[in-house]
Amino acid sequence: MIEFKDDWCKGCNICIDRCPVDALEESDRLNKKGVRPPQLKKDNKCNYCRLCELICPDLAITVIPEEIKKEDKKTLLSPIGGKIK
Amino acid sequence: MVEIKTADELNKKFLREGMWPTIFCNGCGHGVVLEYTFWALEELGWDMDNVIFASGIGCSSRLPGYINADGLHTTHGRAIAFATGIKAANPDFNVIVFTGDGDCSGIGGNHFIHAARRNIDITVIMINNFIYGMTGGQLAPTAPLGSIATTAPYGNIEHPFDISNLACALGANYVARWGVSHPYQPIKSLKEGLQKKGFSLLEFLAPCPTAYGRRNKLGDIKKHWAWYDNNTILKEDYEKIMKYGTEEEKAQVKDKMQLGVFQDIQKSGFFESYEKLVNRLKEKETKTKGAKK
Repeated sequence: MIEFKDDWCKGCNICIDRCPVDALEESDRLNKKGVRPPQLKKDNKCNYCRLCELICPDLAITVIPEEIKKEDKKTLLSPIGGKIK
Repeated sequence: MVEIKTADELNKKFLREGMWPTIFCNGCGHGVVLEYTFWALEELGWDMDNVIFASGIGCSSRLPGYINADGLHTTHGRAIAFATGIKAANPDFNVIVFTGDGDCSGIGGNHFIHAARRNIDITVIMINNFIYGMTGGQLAPTAPLGSIATTAPYGNIEHPFDISNLACALGANYVARWGVSHPYQPIKSLKEGLQKKGFSLLEFLAPCPTAYGRRNKLGDIKKHWAWYDNNTILKEDYEKIMKYGTEEEKAQVKDKMQLGVFQDIQKSGFFESYEKLVNRLKEKETKTKGAKK
């Protein structure tokens, strides 16, 4: 999974250009600056080499390899207090 | 020692996120250098309270403002002089100087020369984009022959300054030059440079599409970044071709800029020698006092 901070992107498209497996493309949505941030292609061969993350001049890309994918924390406590029955 | 695994966590640790996004133009290489520095600092595992950044004036000198650590934003070209002061006041601090090519080699050239000659224990990260980007595209001393700037509209006729070679000649302990488009060698090199006692210089060739690329007809961001890849060569490859290559190959690589570690030696630094001097004089004094009594 690759996370993009849309508002940090300036639209230089270096990540798209430099991706060794050509897994990124321009998205359809516009950000605050009026540029189109990148997104992962639908069928991509991303191997989490992290080149886009390291080369992004605006630090807008975060690569999260599938193994350490964020999980929803399950808790027995309710937000108000007390245990969920 | 790497605890952090993702860039998001790295940014939370090192970045002053209120200052972000940067003022840098689209396609500028300065942000990349900042990120490489973050990774190098993370791998070293230094306490950020003991790291101080200093910078002068220019695009590159905005970088300490984005880092969640103490920093000095000083007058034009005097960053190294201020850094020397910090180091003299407390030699326990790790002092890192972010500076540009105009700041370091043009206006602060003399400070740079003497800091390298004295071998003061600081790390200078010089981001070279061949031009005074922030002040409006004036000609920098490092600009290649024939390049166009606002103060050289018909092409540069002055021979460029090779800062890495200069630092080698002055006897700096660690001298390296890298581009920004290949991450792993620069991060490793930054780590070595930061750990090194004595003066270490890391020169980065960063693209400047707005001030340099546009005036010199180097094309859009993609082409400008590719220009850096096509016009640089690893030092080892260059030496090999110059020794064993054919005439054609030699002619091809002759004008390319070399990348790599140029110097990696261990000389005693200024403050080490100064401490020795103080100790020697103290001993002498106690001896003479003892003789009088």
